[in-house]
Amino acid sequence: MPGAVLEMAGVSKGFPGVRALEGVDLRLYPGEIHALMGENGAGKSTLIKVLTGVHQPDAGEVRLGGTPVSVTGPQHAQALGISTVYQEVNLCPNLTVAENVFIGREPARAGMIRWREIRRRAGELLTRLHVDVDPGALLGSCSLAVQQLVAIVRAVDVSAKVLVLDEPTSSLDRDEVEQLFAVMRRLRDDGVAVLFVSHFLDQVYDVSDRMTVLRNGRLVGEFRTAELSRADLVGHMTGRALSTLEQLHVTGESARVQAEPVLRARGVGRKGAIEPFDLEIHPGEVVGLAGLLGSGRTEAARLMFGADAPDSGTVTLSGDPVALRSPRAAIGRGVAFCPENRKSEGLVEDLTVGENIVLALQAAAGWLRPLSQSRRQELVGRYIEALRISPADPDMPARNLSGGNQQKVLLARWLITRPKLLILDEPTRGIDVGAKAEIQKLVVSLAGDGVAVLFVSAELEEVLRISHKIEVLRDRRLIAEVANTAEITPEGVLEIIANGTTS
Amino acid sequence: MTVLGTRTGVRIRRDHVAVLVTLGLLVAMFTAGSIAYPAFGSGQVVIDLFIDNGFLLVIAIGMTFVILTGGIDLSVGAVAALSAMLCAFLLERWHWPVAVVLPLVLLVGAGIGFAMGYVIHHFEIQPFIATLAGMFLARGLCFVISVNQISIKNPFFTEWAQTRIPLPGDMNLTPTVLIALAVLAAAFWTLHYTRFGRGVYAVGGNAQSALLMGLPVTRIRIGAYVVSGLCSALGGVLFAFYTISASGLHAVGTELDAIAAVVIGGTLLTGGSGYVLGTVLGVMLLGTIQTLLRFQGTLSSWWTRIAIGALLLLFIVLQRLLGSSRPGR
Repeated sequence: MPGAVLEMAGVSKGFPGVRALEGVDLRLYPGEIHALMGENGAGKSTLIKVLTGVHQPDAGEVRLGGTPVSVTGPQHAQALGISTVYQEVNLCPNLTVAENVFIGREPARAGMIRWREIRRRAGELLTRLHVDVDPGALLGSCSLAVQQLVAIVRAVDVSAKVLVLDEPTSSLDRDEVEQLFAVMRRLRDDGVAVLFVSHFLDQVYDVSDRMTVLRNGRLVGEFRTAELSRADLVGHMTGRALSTLEQLHVTGESARVQAEPVLRARGVGRKGAIEPFDLEIHPGEVVGLAGLLGSGRTEAARLMFGADAPDSGTVTLSGDPVALRSPRAAIGRGVAFCPENRKSEGLVEDLTVGENIVLALQAAAGWLRPLSQSRRQELVGRYIEALRISPADPDMPARNLSGGNQQKVLLARWLITRPKLLILDEPTRGIDVGAKAEIQKLVVSLAGDGVAVLFVSAELEEVLRISHKIEVLRDRRLIAEVANTAEITPEGVLEIIANGTTS
Repeated sequence: MTVLGTRTGVRIRRDHVAVLVTLGLLVAMFTAGSIAYPAFGSGQVVIDLFIDNGFLLVIAIGMTFVILTGGIDLSVGAVAALSAMLCAFLLERWHWPVAVVLPLVLLVGAGIGFAMGYVIHHFEIQPFIATLAGMFLARGLCFVISVNQISIKNPFFTEWAQTRIPLPGDMNLTPTVLIALAVLAAAFWTLHYTRFGRGVYAVGGNAQSALLMGLPVTRIRIGAYVVSGLCSALGGVLFAFYTISASGLHAVGTELDAIAAVVIGGTLLTGGSGYVLGTVLGVMLLGTIQTLLRFQGTLSSWWTRIAIGALLLLFIVLQRLLGSSRPGR
């Protein structure tokens, strides 16, 4: 085996109050895809930030091709041959694909940009990686997957030694992920060392050759993907056995089917978002919305919360017809909504954990009747404990929490208002296996307490695991409703999505 | 191989649509004017548009840079008045030579732009606030220099004001028009063929991304305000050529005309999308409305404002509609 192109040895990094990394090693070889695994808060992001020079390590060193280097920043990292593509596409949507690949280092003659050259070279690069997109198209008009691929093309053209992909697949659907993997494999065959960070175990097993597992800022070990079973991997990541995941499976027969549904929607739809559909959710029932990306899952959920106003149909909450014209109206009726994008639509990062948690309750009580300090502390304390938010510090700014814990804070915010109907839009997206299982368990136990839950997720396995009833969406239409019995499998649901019926 | 992305035969981009709408409106208005008033449809009327609005065009071009980065510059009118004032004062009171005064004045304009850009970028002040401060400062300085109007008797200026360059077909134009067109050409070249220009678009598209892509965002953002300051100063000089005088009360509200012209020209106020050629059309459209009212003769000149307001509203709604029809995810 050739020598490692990049080595990190004994890297430690601390932040005030947190030991983010403690003596972590990482080796990347040319021509391999290396997965970096770990739960949220395990130190993956910090490690990548050290690698790309955003943070300086407190101890340990980074060696590039055997020589120790001190990476001073992302620009420097790029110059050294380490490029990073982040989860959010960091490109300019208002420029063309070709320009996004070259901006900042455009071929120029006498200060004059040579557009023809840019288009030609961009075309070549895209063709080489089999990304079929018109270099002259505006980036904003391309799908997110293509944008991600363009970001990769830019990254590898800048420098092609080490490519770091930080959760590139979170927002992609299955086909798009395949496309991305094809590009990754091609780069690997060209001798690039690819560091791949993902929460999806399937994807990691699909594409990676080796993996490094972190837990609580420490190195658990480096493994060949082929030699590590999934159960062992999850065990390594969480430090506990897989049983928490397994015991969850709820069967369709339990709970529900009592009197009045909490929510009854009849012919509710919105032009351009989702066609009219019917939906009933009973107390204690978890209803899953399944469908591919862009099938109208989120749109349907938003209508139920009044985030968008429906054009047609009627909604009944606990038997009363209501007009859900605004989230305020919905909240007043006991509906709570955890949006998909926790950063931009829910969490106030500058407020503390405690403040974030009481936000909705305070809003419901009215600003003129502040919660007493002791009541606040008691509530916040209770929910931090119940949801196992870590670190369990109500005064910590919410931005410092890992993704999974931020999600729990958002959940706590709504749970505290004791909603009758809880709408969760992708509550487990981008968070790790352990936190995922905890949130799923929480949803199940909430349903056990009689809360009705509308659960939206891109992961079919997850929807199947916790829902009593599954609404299948395709092309902005609700095409089927199936009770979640033991016979229903992810493949079966996919089949419904593909054909509109079960075979 | 799977086909990803969009391949459309004819690409009609939303930023083109906005410019085309303005062009269509301009042509329509001109045609209507020509039918109503036979004298309207002459080449000289078009040239007069440039003569009367040359200074506004130059200022609006600078404004285009700033708006493309996603900012705004409210100081342009005041900076223009200040540079005219400075010109008049240095020439008439201190009798400095023109060859010193003009570069100095331009430098002052660029300096004010730099200061505002610096404050906006490094202290993360809203451009609206920072340039509002710049506006008050520049306007105030005008009155520090002189409370009264100063008329310019410098021979260079008076001669310039009278110079007419004859064109075939019994038409003529002023040097101001040539300068404005030269600025336009330079701006177009800068925006489309230099790294700075592309950076302006990138910063307006997504400043965070631009930074992560390794673009010199600091230099680009401040640079846009420098360009705007420089253009404002030049616009002020052109205004002084045009009126052969300077006063602290000149060019009041020009910043709003410039912003209106830029927006009507199809540039998005949120930045990242637009063309300097659209700005030209915007200025022409504003000028055409004024000219039409002049030909009409009975309506008060305030109707210009009302027309501009209505147009502005129309175009902002149009931007909104075009913007929301973008495929987004």
